[in-house]
Amino acid sequence: MAHPQYDDHPFAALVPCQQDSPGRVHGSRRSSPVARASRAAAGIMAIVAAAACTPTSSANNSPAGHIMVKAGEKTCEVSATALNSGRHTFTIENTADRVSEVYIYGAGDQVISEAENVKPAATRDLIVDLPAGKYQVACKPGMVGSGIRTALTVSGPSIAAGPADARLQASVASYRSYVETEAQALVDTTAAFTAAVRAGNIDQAKSLYPAARTHYERIEPIAEAFGDLDPLIDMRADDANATTPFVGFHKLEQDLWESKNISGSGPTADALDANVKKLQSQIPTLEITPITMGNGAKELLDEVAKSKVTGEEERYSHIDLVDFEANVDGSRAAYTSLRPVLAQRDPALVSTLDTRFDTLLGLLSTHFSHTGDAGDIPGSPFVSYTALNPAQIKALSDEVINISEPLGQISGELTAK
Amino acid sequence: MTSDTPIRTAPSPSGVDPAEAPPRLSRRSVVGLLGAGALAGAGITTAAVIAHDQSSPAADGVVPFHGTHQAGITTPVQDRLHFAAFDLSPGATRAELVSLLKAWTAAAVSLSQGTDVGPGGAVNGAAQKPPSDTGEAYGLSAARLTITVGFGTTLFQNAQGRDRFGLAASRPAQLADLPVFPGDALVPGRSGGDLCVQACSDDPQVAVHAVRNLARIARGTAVVRYSQLGFGRTSSTSTKQETARNLMGFKDGTSNIKAEDPAAVDRFVWVQPGDGPDWMTGGSYLVSRRIRMLIETWDSTPLAEQERVIGRAKGTGAPLGATTEFDPLALNLTDAAGAPLIDTDAHVRLAHSTSNNGAQILRRGYNFVDGTDSLGRLDAGLFFLAYQRDPRTQFVTINTRLAGKKNDALNEYIQHVGSGLFACPPGVRPGQYLGHTLLG
Repeated sequence: MAHPQYDDHPFAALVPCQQDSPGRVHGSRRSSPVARASRAAAGIMAIVAAAACTPTSSANNSPAGHIMVKAGEKTCEVSATALNSGRHTFTIENTADRVSEVYIYGAGDQVISEAENVKPAATRDLIVDLPAGKYQVACKPGMVGSGIRTALTVSGPSIAAGPADARLQASVASYRSYVETEAQALVDTTAAFTAAVRAGNIDQAKSLYPAARTHYERIEPIAEAFGDLDPLIDMRADDANATTPFVGFHKLEQDLWESKNISGSGPTADALDANVKKLQSQIPTLEITPITMGNGAKELLDEVAKSKVTGEEERYSHIDLVDFEANVDGSRAAYTSLRPVLAQRDPALVSTLDTRFDTLLGLLSTHFSHTGDAGDIPGSPFVSYTALNPAQIKALSDEVINISEPLGQISGELTAK
Repeated sequence: MTSDTPIRTAPSPSGVDPAEAPPRLSRRSVVGLLGAGALAGAGITTAAVIAHDQSSPAADGVVPFHGTHQAGITTPVQDRLHFAAFDLSPGATRAELVSLLKAWTAAAVSLSQGTDVGPGGAVNGAAQKPPSDTGEAYGLSAARLTITVGFGTTLFQNAQGRDRFGLAASRPAQLADLPVFPGDALVPGRSGGDLCVQACSDDPQVAVHAVRNLARIARGTAVVRYSQLGFGRTSSTSTKQETARNLMGFKDGTSNIKAEDPAAVDRFVWVQPGDGPDWMTGGSYLVSRRIRMLIETWDSTPLAEQERVIGRAKGTGAPLGATTEFDPLALNLTDAAGAPLIDTDAHVRLAHSTSNNGAQILRRGYNFVDGTDSLGRLDAGLFFLAYQRDPRTQFVTINTRLAGKKNDALNEYIQHVGSGLFACPPGVRPGQYLGHTLLG
């Protein structure tokens, strides 16, 4: 589950255009719990194919075969409402004056796919596999309410399920696309954060820190695959010694929140920029397999259990719940990519994971903060870890433990038989 | 003894009458045989052996799980305890509760026999899957492990008055919330619980393994609310057992109910037909109390004062004024000055059945030391466990007599910091699950 403050939906079939990715202006701070629940209940009919940036914001120049969606303040125009079953690309243009989002709903308002946080005048592509059936496109200016609905009818033969190998390849391709998107967002949001550090603007840097952390934490196991990079980006003060200086995100976090002095932070900021770019550049060389994805999904929750639910990781800023949600987002992205295969092999496991992800994310959403709340941290959608009471922390920990068992089963299911 | 007598042993997977089946292998003997290469020679796979492993009784200390009553109540007290209280997850349903109890029952059958939990056990599952058994008891015997399950008051009606599982109408009157006793300093996080599991074994690792695996099975349905390790049984439930000492250095549980006295067990421990709802017939009510001892204060108290407070000689355990441990309490004897030999506020006097309308309880508590507190004092005491037919007339009567500054002299040295009340349903036959009389 992405937070709209940062960007798109991380695990549906969505790859944002570059011009719409970094440092965007925020509209509503969050999607509604209802939207989260229904989104999470959706099946994984949407499969990411590829990223595509639409070259223009004008519907008249729509690429061939694309279905144009003009998401206005009071209208939701869809260029074609009778479609053949199969893969379709929806090009969404926000013609309203505020941030919008577009959902594709199936029967019973099952979320098939969605594009969140589309800025005014921006466009976004949504690639979706649609079996025959009745659907609705919903445009939600301001990202609130049930949206302005336009009906879609899809007809034709059912989409043939490919062989398992092909579906696993699609799973890997889908997750790789997610990783690449997050890596780009990491580079961009880190650049915005470090620019504020270099400019000596403490308040601005603090407010940009959570977004950059989010994109790192979503793909943390990927970074850890490059053994030398993870510590340079994400080490803690305790990891430093006489020969290994304290660098990376948490050094800047310490400078900002504890030392409150960033006059000497420039070199650390420069190095951080270089290291996240290096991480991005190495991702094409990384082998991603269904097993590494399954293990990664589990590792992300292990991270939560070890260093987020304990308040260890973000010890100066206390934005641990931001990292918490980002880890869960990343875990769910890997799981969701594998879900079509898992659903065939172990429907009960999929049902359990769907339910427990919903429960965990639903519980997290109860800790959203509003400006002026006790524990509100500018730039963070969540309250400070220090604002949680022990019972709230235990409840979060319980759900992390609950989901870890079924997550641990994924890799075994993928290798069975 | 009346409890723990197996109705019949579980049928072997092959359908062969267990009595005619070849001798079974415990975890320990499996490991031994594997080491000797005997299994390979016999052409039997390890997995097959483990699946069939139901262990021979006695030799490896197997206490039968199945029976009229749950094991772990009148079973001669084992040396070690791991007790855990669980809360059902916020969204848990009645069907999930039933599934959990079925899964726990199946696991408890395996654990009681000293075998691994789940199809692949600790080491014979798929390489890419987490093992179904956590493995720390691999190679250990059952060590007389018993697993006893109870239903807390909140299972029937939670703190908000909600009947989450449609059980409120089945709540026995005997399961009335305990009153607040004077001097109680109960910590919510160490009290209550929707479910409890008492795992007792002569091997601490076996007891811990049992709770750990049951907690793992519960994930998604129930979470651990608190758990307590105990050692050095503080009671005997059999005349064959020596009376052990608690951390105050005194023999504890001398006048406990013993399994060899079936009339007393039926009168004071097992719920009888007609006592209340039928589902509890053959069950028993468990009161748990985490009783912190103010160890440092006690240690600096003179021997005579310690003995006055307890009412027994520290060495022999004999009541003051008597000569041996099992002599009756000389409650009416006085010294030359006319003072009672057993003081009016001595613990044994106030706790004794003669002071409590004849009420007795079957005590099964353990010592605990959970390290030290923030002041460096031992966080130690007695994890009191008592089984009974009706807490209202047994534990509540006795503790009302004991609790408060004006009653038991011992209160100067102890504090009740945790409390639980659980209905432990009757035992089950093979194929049944714990709690089926309530939820079936």
